[in-house]
Amino acid sequence: MFRISHVPIQPQALRAELADPRAGALVVFEGWVRNLNEGRKVRSLEYEAHESMAVKVAERIIGEAIEKHGAYRIAAVHRSGHLQIGDLAVWVGVISKHRGAAFDACEDVINRIKVDLPIWKKEFYEDGDSGWVNCERCAAAAAGSGHSHHHPHSHA
Amino acid sequence: LEGDRVDESKTIRVLYFAMLREQRGCREEEVSTTANNAGELYQDLCNRHGLTATPSSLRLAINDEFKEWQEPLKHGDVVTFIPPVAGG
Repeated sequence: MFRISHVPIQPQALRAELADPRAGALVVFEGWVRNLNEGRKVRSLEYEAHESMAVKVAERIIGEAIEKHGAYRIAAVHRSGHLQIGDLAVWVGVISKHRGAAFDACEDVINRIKVDLPIWKKEFYEDGDSGWVNCERCAAAAAGSGHSHHHPHSHA
Repeated sequence: LEGDRVDESKTIRVLYFAMLREQRGCREEEVSTTANNAGELYQDLCNRHGLTATPSSLRLAINDEFKEWQEPLKHGDVVTFIPPVAGG
């Protein structure tokens, strides 16, 4: 199960959705909005998603992770909209018989979400500037907008 | 194959996100184009609207699936140019 949420993610409800008498393990990854990125102080940020495609891509990632690692089920939710420091940006939960499969599948899913999900992040900085993360260097002419900084194209 | 007919104009729905949405000033539009593939369509849109992202910095989806730039376009396709993603 994957969805984009326009309101705060509710981990307890997601945890309940995954409840399964076969499962001996639940591994959860929570991605939080932090106050520093690439050395710049972040005040808040905005996620924008291509929702129909994100659901399609994520369902494929989840299906492949279940198959590869032998997990029972995976639920993941990604926020869109304006978020503040400390807010929950993404939640991934995996249940499996034993913990190993759940740890592996959870890491696999969040890694692939970061690479392939069509979701973009605009950061608003303490100094009043703002910018699309990973995007500002893509546009030569965008340098004219006063963005002297740069964001490396990392997909870490 | 429709994609091989050079002169035929097709209607393509183009979706814009993030930096491209801001540059274009809208989330989506219907475009009438003779472009044979997505790469030609992007060049066409750059010429029309002054989009500044280089194709090498973007990925591409047709009907919500990642595709290559040489992918032929069909009448009614939904094309999304995908700036570097930053989810998670």
